[in-house]
Amino acid sequence: MSLFTIFLAAIFVNNFIFSKFMGICPFLGVSKKLDTAAGMGVAVIFVMTLASAATWVVYNLVLVPLGLSYLYNIAFILIIASLVQFVEMFIKKSSPSLYQALGVYLPLITTNCAVLGVAVLNMNNEYNFIQSLVNGVGAAFGFAMAITLFAGIRERLEDAPIPKALTGFPIAMISAGLMSIAFLGFSGML
Amino acid sequence: MNPFKIIKNGIIDENPTFIQVVGMCPTLAVTTSMINGIGMGLSTTAVLICSNLVISLIRKFVPDEVRIPCFVVVIASFVTIIQMLLQAYLPSLNASLGVFIPLIVVNCIILARAEAFACKNNPIASIFDGIGMGLGFTMALTLIGTVRELLGSGSLLGVTVLPEAFPRTILMILPPGAFFTLAFLIAGFNALRNKAKKDA
Repeated sequence: MSLFTIFLAAIFVNNFIFSKFMGICPFLGVSKKLDTAAGMGVAVIFVMTLASAATWVVYNLVLVPLGLSYLYNIAFILIIASLVQFVEMFIKKSSPSLYQALGVYLPLITTNCAVLGVAVLNMNNEYNFIQSLVNGVGAAFGFAMAITLFAGIRERLEDAPIPKALTGFPIAMISAGLMSIAFLGFSGML
Repeated sequence: MNPFKIIKNGIIDENPTFIQVVGMCPTLAVTTSMINGIGMGLSTTAVLICSNLVISLIRKFVPDEVRIPCFVVVIASFVTIIQMLLQAYLPSLNASLGVFIPLIVVNCIILARAEAFACKNNPIASIFDGIGMGLGFTMALTLIGTVRELLGSGSLLGVTVLPEAFPRTILMILPPGAFFTLAFLIAGFNALRNKAKKDA
């Protein structure tokens, strides 16, 4: 598969939110306002790109040669947790305003299953280093796009007359379902 | 605390899926059939009980600043054990749950229970909390899986139950169906709770 195909497939066809269901918790939790949603998207792009690279290096250059590949899950989650900590310190130093805006959501990226998911999928698909990186970037852009679009819709929903039982999560999920139908249209593209 | 109260709390009062709305990724992703829902639910329950027990046992030795990494390593170890057991004894279930078995590590329910319950309570209560939350999660997944399998493929546990003439809604076993099923189930629970509040 060419790199461009991997990239496009990760954004549209295998969109992490709408077809793989990874990262649903931040997707529903941080999508009430457009600017925090966009901030979350940027932070995820950052962490996911670094995580794809770091987990590939550790898995292929450390765990496999030592015959410890069954420990991948523990190794990956530790790498991701330390990366998130590192990114948090970096943003705090370099851009205090972005740090303020992201607030509690930054540490929560550790438990965003999209980040661990992309690392495990890279491993299962036996991608090489460049392919893993491209897949990670593509998946992260797909996530950022989905959460930003969704936040735009939810801001509109705030003022809409919705039956009482459907307010909050149910109507958000119905909107997400409709967006997911739209994304099904991409499935024949590649 | 009374063990039955803790279990009931997990299944009904604080049901992880319908009330707390956590752990959405596996809930939506693997519930294309009833058996997948049961399998995922029970695997998560097993991890939850073991991790609650261990975290409760070590809660007094772990310094506060590094507790999250410690909890995550405990959880990841149990997930690895469960994955190996599934690979050895239930390879077909392991194949259909796929990447979502390693992803149990980042299921918010498990870390949330570790933070909210296991690191504050004794081991026995923590085990019951794990059982209650796990069963609540399993029941929710089974319910969603049942609805989607029935409407999407007209079968239950792989056995066809609806007559051929009944139209199959393929959309229900595709990703959008997961969102719709969960949305209407939560809306139903909300309606029931609102009604109960009004009557009371």
